[in-house]
Amino acid sequence: MLTTEEKHQIDHEISLVPSPKNACIEALKVVQQNHGWVSDESLKDVADYVGMSTAELDSVATFYNLIFRRPVGRHVILLCDSISCYVMGYEDIKEQLFNKLSTQYGQTTADGRFTLLPNCCLGTCDCAPALMIDNDLYRNLTVDQLDEILSKYT
Amino acid sequence: MEKPLTQHIVPGRKPLNLKEYEKVGGYQSVRKVLKEMAPQEVQTLVKDSNLKGRGGAGFNTGLKWSFVPMGPEAAQPKYLVANADEMEPGTFKDRLLLEGNPHQLIEGMIVAAYAIQASISFVFLRWAYKLAAREITQAIQEAYAAGYLGKNILGSGFDLEMHLHTGVGRYMCGEETALLNALEGKRANPRAKPPFPQVSGLFGKPTIVNNVETLCNLPHIVNNGAEWFKKLGLTEDAGTKLYGVSGRVKKPGCWELPMGTTIREILEEHAGGMQDGYLFRGLLPGGASTDFLVEEHLDLPMDYPSIQAAGSRMGTGTMIILDDQTCPVGFTLNLQHFFAQESCGFCTPCREGLPWVEKILLAIDKGEGKPEHLLTLDFHTKYLGPGNTFCALAPGAMEPLQSALKYFREDFERHIHEHHCPWSKSKVWQPSI
Repeated sequence: MLTTEEKHQIDHEISLVPSPKNACIEALKVVQQNHGWVSDESLKDVADYVGMSTAELDSVATFYNLIFRRPVGRHVILLCDSISCYVMGYEDIKEQLFNKLSTQYGQTTADGRFTLLPNCCLGTCDCAPALMIDNDLYRNLTVDQLDEILSKYT
Repeated sequence: MEKPLTQHIVPGRKPLNLKEYEKVGGYQSVRKVLKEMAPQEVQTLVKDSNLKGRGGAGFNTGLKWSFVPMGPEAAQPKYLVANADEMEPGTFKDRLLLEGNPHQLIEGMIVAAYAIQASISFVFLRWAYKLAAREITQAIQEAYAAGYLGKNILGSGFDLEMHLHTGVGRYMCGEETALLNALEGKRANPRAKPPFPQVSGLFGKPTIVNNVETLCNLPHIVNNGAEWFKKLGLTEDAGTKLYGVSGRVKKPGCWELPMGTTIREILEEHAGGMQDGYLFRGLLPGGASTDFLVEEHLDLPMDYPSIQAAGSRMGTGTMIILDDQTCPVGFTLNLQHFFAQESCGFCTPCREGLPWVEKILLAIDKGEGKPEHLLTLDFHTKYLGPGNTFCALAPGAMEPLQSALKYFREDFERHIHEHHCPWSKSKVWQPSI
């Protein structure tokens, strides 16, 4: 069920566009903001609310890599794997993250703390390698900074 | 040296708020166009200034606007969209303008909207630019409160609404028609052209999509004139340009310089030259989807015609350097992995061809390549080239591939003959999931 607050936020987005369907991505963002991801139940709630079939809405949801259709950890790590970070050696960061978190790309740590995902260019190539955790950007990364960075997230 | 775009940007400092921005002349161009100029006059001024789109295509901005239907018979509402979905790997120039001076973008957008008589505008911002999102949100609120946005702006009778839309990923959203689909709440597949967005764009209405850097130039052109703008450039291209360098250079960064500054000056004077222990082998002049240039091209001016004449494209003007300790096959593989992953999957050559290219490059990089693989790659550069796919994504992907095969063919052949990557005998780049 969408909450009153969620409906209120979605209604605002709908007011900016000609048809409720046009606000479906914004509506998915609202749900994800609250739940961390978009479950099948939430997808159906949003589809009903904006007047789309679940299949049509899922075709949109699954197109975008930052709409999560599977549960994620409390924090999502997005590690840039694009060209400037490749040249500047992001692979050492990747290996250390795999080891420290005992996880691979696409997986969540056993304690539910982190989900680790590769991501294309974060637009901070002069400060490569780079990663984001939730809304925070970390640049000019070295492997010895990782423990301190990860310790900020519980 | 004049630096109109970045003169009020101090990295690390909060951008100017509206009052501070007004004190240094901010929003003067809005007053000028609303009070003294007809929309058509603004279009002509910008066309005459020879401002070319800074997103990569390099099309004359005023000319692009001129295809928008004008007058009382034109469909309403018309839309203006700022393309702030900077996602071309190696590109980080618009971030500087978005985080550093959001009011300059808003001012440019008001000028552009007035020129085409658009009444609704969107900033389509990449999700990753969190700081920019906060700054733009605040700046839009300030602009509304000061009467630069909303109904009857400065008593002129001109109305403009402005909304910030943050995306949810995918490189395709940078393509203007795919961006419009994303804004409409659809999958970001590109649209067939014609009809062009100028006639039938967002929600089927006349729409202009302009890059952030393009829009930020407009207040300065209005304030100082077309001739001033043309004189800023060192060559036939006008204005200044944000150039960037990333890779193994001493001082990677982004600088506003006169259009047509040579590659060598950007690399050696501004980026400080190569890091100690690294030698230059080549560069992509304007992002991942541009052809390699090599040593012989370093004295070329970075402008649209010069880089095109050398067989590449200036693209976004942000260069990525290939050094001698980075494997050219691994470098190319990384790029092709990106394009294969980011293909929207709508048209067959792109959806099927790019993963094939990636697979072959991975085999070569692992030492499992066969001589005929190079011919298969050559063939792809033709069949995924311009005119054979629905949009420019796959042709863009083929640019670094075809030029890597041209300039670094010996390195590809060595991988095949020696059955391993000469740069790393044990470790080969593994594409992410």
